[in-house]
Amino acid sequence: MARIDLVDLAHSYAGNDADPESFALKPISMTWRQGGAYALLGPSGCGKTTLLNLISGIVTPSRGKILFDGVDVTSFSTRKRNISQVFQFPVIYDTMTVGQNLAFPLKNRGVAGPEIAARVAEIAELLDLTPYLDRKATRLTADAKQKISLGRGLVRSDVAAVLFDEPLTVIDPELKWELRSKLKALHRALDLTMIYVTHDQTEALTFADTVVVMHDGRVVQSGTPEELFDKPAHTFVGYFIGSPGMNIVPAEVRGREARIGGHVIALSRGYDKLPAGAAIEVGVRPEFVSVAPPAPGLLAANIERIDDLGRVRFARVRVGDAKLAARVPPGFSIPDSSAGLVFDAARVHVYADSRLVEGVL
Amino acid sequence: MDKTVNQKAWFLVLPVFLIVAFSAVLPLMTVVNYSFQDTFGNNQFFWNGVGWFKELLDPSTDLGSRFFASLWRNLFFSAVILAIEVPLGIVVALSMPREGWRVAACLVILALPLLIPWNVVGTIWQIFGRPDIGLLGYVLNNIGIDYNYVSNEFDAWATVIVMDVWHWTSLVALLCYAGLKSIPDAYYQAAQIDGASRWAVFTAIQLPKMNRVLLIAVLLRFMDSFMIYTEPFVVTGGGPGNSTTFVSIELVKIALGQFDLGKAAALSLVYNLIIIIVCWVFYTVMTNAGADRKPNQGAA
Repeated sequence: MARIDLVDLAHSYAGNDADPESFALKPISMTWRQGGAYALLGPSGCGKTTLLNLISGIVTPSRGKILFDGVDVTSFSTRKRNISQVFQFPVIYDTMTVGQNLAFPLKNRGVAGPEIAARVAEIAELLDLTPYLDRKATRLTADAKQKISLGRGLVRSDVAAVLFDEPLTVIDPELKWELRSKLKALHRALDLTMIYVTHDQTEALTFADTVVVMHDGRVVQSGTPEELFDKPAHTFVGYFIGSPGMNIVPAEVRGREARIGGHVIALSRGYDKLPAGAAIEVGVRPEFVSVAPPAPGLLAANIERIDDLGRVRFARVRVGDAKLAARVPPGFSIPDSSAGLVFDAARVHVYADSRLVEGVL
Repeated sequence: MDKTVNQKAWFLVLPVFLIVAFSAVLPLMTVVNYSFQDTFGNNQFFWNGVGWFKELLDPSTDLGSRFFASLWRNLFFSAVILAIEVPLGIVVALSMPREGWRVAACLVILALPLLIPWNVVGTIWQIFGRPDIGLLGYVLNNIGIDYNYVSNEFDAWATVIVMDVWHWTSLVALLCYAGLKSIPDAYYQAAQIDGASRWAVFTAIQLPKMNRVLLIAVLLRFMDSFMIYTEPFVVTGGGPGNSTTFVSIELVKIALGQFDLGKAAALSLVYNLIIIIVCWVFYTVMTNAGADRKPNQGAA
């Protein structure tokens, strides 16, 4: 149980002299508070596993420091850091039973016998592994093996943090939900700092209090699921989170007006000082744009198709060269494919070179 | 049944039948034929029934005592070289580098002894161990160790065993190395996280993951050492006395030295049978070990 501080942490697998742009993890500084449930979210190859392995000590950073509760642990071995980590694919010790597998991390640290038995029983109960405790672990399915890996990660109560590296990849979708809510419950019950790496936004948003979005070796935003949804700090976050992702359209912005292909949209905030020469875009989530019958005051759009997602319908529309998604109000119907778009002014954000620009109210 | 009958297939199968018949079945049947008969040369054969087999398996006869003596000697030899080569091979494999140019260098050096023809290996050690001109024999004698593989039984055994270890430990090491390389990094990382000691990593991860290649290594080394002929024959010629006469050396002595075709044939068949049985046992153990790995019941 510890607060984890990363200070100017960066890593390159090619060594410290490599081109800074090629670093797997570009310099970051951030704090993970004690007892938090974090998700590291990003596409494959964005550096999230590297960051996780740096924290656990499997990889030693090229630059920067890692502090646990203020103590510099950068040069400490994994064992000394007292961290537990669950990997993407199940790791089980072939010769041992399920119970011995769960007891292994405790045994290695010289925990007393009765305490081991109690911990193993508790974790096995939480993960529904009790009936299998005396079975050879090799004979179980991938699901069950991954549960054992999870169990080994959670069996120590004194760890600084528990790190999960896409642990539910091999698990059946049905069981995924169950295990994820179980992890969430465990987090509440055990008061452990947990960091959960995933490329699946649903997993990240349901598990974590704080979601850290990574893109190309950088942390682009870290915040609650609501913050990521309402106010993406980077167009990548807008696009990556949400389904469908945020609409990002090049525009000319002046004061409280955005001009898209000659049509003016009102903004609820003023943007008087935009960086000169930057590529300006406006972003708005599909939830806050709706299609309407064409009217003179509305941005004209061409509906290409309508996706029915069950509770909501989204129209895929085209405005000039840009493609957007927009909500279809209940009972909406038009004779042909031409429509108008209605924007919720308060939800339209302005981005300069992909980064959010704060408007003035 | 409107399947067309195509007899042309026989032309494709026939060559194989012929080759197998001439290379395996006919020679084997000749041996079987010899084993039930006696011959005094001149192609005159006399029926002897199971006489040779009875004699062979009865330790009180000359043939039986020679067979059993060489058999126990051979089994002891196999046990000793397995006891040395398997642990040594594992240690060598564990201490090999995991990546970089050193891997290639190690592999080449390890493969060298395996590439040398067997009677050359014998000749190398025969000369190497000579007290008068051999480096090993000369040095040992000069530092006060009385070493002579021609006259001393222990020295002869030591030479034959060290030679076999030198020749074949590489094979065990290479097989183990292949087994080790197939272990995903995640296992080592998990062991680090779980705080496993070096010894625990070995017993909980490396050894279990190597057990299949180890079984193969043990099988190969057992079969090879049980059938060993060339190297000890070149070095010691089976001596001093009969002390390094293994089964195959005994067989050649009976067949070609004394020209007792009936006795030699009976011995060959029993020898062959032992090897087939051992192979079968290993095969069964290996397939069972493989079946162990398949998940059959889930814990959902």
